[in-house]
Amino acid sequence: MANIAVPQTEYAQPRERGWYKRNEIAVTPWLFLIPGILFFMVYVIIPIFQSFYYSTLSWDGLGEAEFIGLSNYSELWDDSAFYTSLRNNIIWLFLYLLAIPAGLGIALLLNQTVFGIRLYKSLFFFPFVISQVVVGLVFGWFYDPTFGLFNIALGWFGLGPINVLGDENYVTYGIIAAGLWPQTAYCMILYLTGLNAVDPEQIEAARLDGAKRLKMLWYVVIPQLKPATFIAFVVTIIGALRSFDLISIMTNGGPFGESRVLSFYMFEVALSEYGFRMGYGAAIAVVLFLIMLVFITYFLYSMYQEEKGR
Amino acid sequence: MHKFLKASTAALAMAVAAGAANADGHALSGDLVIFSDMSNPAPRAVMEGMVERFGELHPDLNIELTVIDREAYKTQIRNFLTANTPDVANWYAANRMRPFVDAGLFEDISDVWADPQLDGLASTKGAMTLDGKQWGVPYTYYQWGVYYRKDIYEELGLKEPTSFEEEIANCQAILDSGRKCYTIGTKFLWTAGGWFDYINMRTNGYDFHSALLAGEKKWDSDEVRATFANWRTLIDMGAFVDNHTSYSWQESLPFIVSGEAAAILKGNFAVPPLREAGLDDSKLDFYQFPAITDGIALAEDAPTDTFHIPSGASNKEAAKEFLKFVVSAENQTLINAGDALGQLPVNANSSVDDDKFLKEGFAMLSSNSPGGVAQFFDRDAPAEMAKVGMEGLQEFMVRPDELDNILARLDKAAERIYK
Repeated sequence: MANIAVPQTEYAQPRERGWYKRNEIAVTPWLFLIPGILFFMVYVIIPIFQSFYYSTLSWDGLGEAEFIGLSNYSELWDDSAFYTSLRNNIIWLFLYLLAIPAGLGIALLLNQTVFGIRLYKSLFFFPFVISQVVVGLVFGWFYDPTFGLFNIALGWFGLGPINVLGDENYVTYGIIAAGLWPQTAYCMILYLTGLNAVDPEQIEAARLDGAKRLKMLWYVVIPQLKPATFIAFVVTIIGALRSFDLISIMTNGGPFGESRVLSFYMFEVALSEYGFRMGYGAAIAVVLFLIMLVFITYFLYSMYQEEKGR
Repeated sequence: MHKFLKASTAALAMAVAAGAANADGHALSGDLVIFSDMSNPAPRAVMEGMVERFGELHPDLNIELTVIDREAYKTQIRNFLTANTPDVANWYAANRMRPFVDAGLFEDISDVWADPQLDGLASTKGAMTLDGKQWGVPYTYYQWGVYYRKDIYEELGLKEPTSFEEEIANCQAILDSGRKCYTIGTKFLWTAGGWFDYINMRTNGYDFHSALLAGEKKWDSDEVRATFANWRTLIDMGAFVDNHTSYSWQESLPFIVSGEAAAILKGNFAVPPLREAGLDDSKLDFYQFPAITDGIALAEDAPTDTFHIPSGASNKEAAKEFLKFVVSAENQTLINAGDALGQLPVNANSSVDDDKFLKEGFAMLSSNSPGGVAQFFDRDAPAEMAKVGMEGLQEFMVRPDELDNILARLDKAAERIYK
């Protein structure tokens, strides 16, 4: 019995390992993340809370700041310019989404093998490559009431002239149309890559089952494009909320502030030539942040669900 | 001992040298950093010329000039005054410098103004004074007024108007000939401020106007309403070009060049581009904005551009010397000449260039502006009020029926801003 092997209960004491070695698996990812986290904290997270704080101040950015509680917000509540900006933001949010179906349409059109298709694709993608400032200038001239192409074209049908950028009723729509040009190109490229990933076997099977045209598109192709649609949705919503350059270039917020959106209004009151109200600007930024938060939460939630489902 | 003696004689020699040089006032050394907004071609050449000549006077001084785009400068100045401070910086007179003065970012240079050399600047001293002290020096100013197409006036047999009735009669004749009376581009708002300044100063006088912009009067008052009623007369006639909200002031110039509009209310800086576009002195002329209310002294807009010393400057001695150099009679004559800035010198001892518009402007400001000289809407009013106000003015030009709302909005803004 004595020679029955008993489980060895005593091992040679392992060589003492350092704390890092013992925790290597747990710690290493964090070490890699530290630079990113640090910069994210300094440039994104901390400024968010600073904005909350600044929005309670009356401060011109130069002299002494004075704590005024929620007065900035109560002023916003009665500020007609704020409501104009908010309304325009909502118009932007909805109309900008048109870029998604338009991008899909162009992507479907271009998703074929014809001679020179790469050239057509790059031409369609071109507006996204050029700067927003250039887009704004080009559309500014396009809309020009005296010599712009737009009004010349209207003239062929006996209409116009319409001063798109100088009329408070049309101005926001005019700028959104300009913004849709590059945004559609962006969505198109997302869908083109998405279409590459569509499973040809499923298409084949659907064709055997007699699916055609719209039915094929709706029930077979689009469901497979869901990831592309999601990304297109995210970038379009964010693009709509941060629309700034076009407004600044094309109308400078005018006429009489009718084309402002929240981000532009914030810039105007806090940082522009006549803007010296950091606190008020911060209050607008907070409101804009809260609106974005709705979408951010939704995006994060759906991404989380996606991850969980895998 | 020997060493000490040597050192002290050296020090003594240096002190004597410095003293001798100081007597000349030309012993500046070190660095002089200048930030300037004179970025348009002609002003830029003027600025560089001044630096060069000042550098020749002070060979030991190392001058660094940074020219920043004029529009971008307006927002950048806030950063560089607090962080990366130059020794000299451009800015504007009157209330426009108030935020920086209040924040202690501009140096009080009353001692420079005490120098008898600056006696010739009496006319602009008021515009440089806040809280009883002077915060900078002017380097140029220019008249505002109506620049009109002489050939069109002659064709229609019109004369320069001297009263508002004549102005309106002229305008009607111009409209009947298929033209617009005035071109204007209000995209950047401030051009509308010029019209308000003039109609209000002519309707209610300089004192009321400056009190209004200083927040001492209500916008919703009979006086201001009278101003807007006069303005509306012109608007209802269709005196202004259509679609002016789409144009900057530069983009509004082609209308007067092509003859679609007969005149423009503008500062003298509009003359060079108009001349360049082909309007020589036989086609372009100038008249003072006519009187509206009888018995009210004529007052003019004459915006002043300035140099300041930031309080964080490191070489204030050299900076003050540079400021004195800028306003000296000789330099003023040189930089404001027709082939340089083409504007009016601030020093009374300098001479005005032999240019039709400069001479007319100088004569107008020195002898026919008894009411006073205003800076401009957005320099006399605090920045925030200027912004809200000019937006209201632009809206009024498009939707004159909204006047009640606009006035109420301005009063509400004024209540907050001037408290």
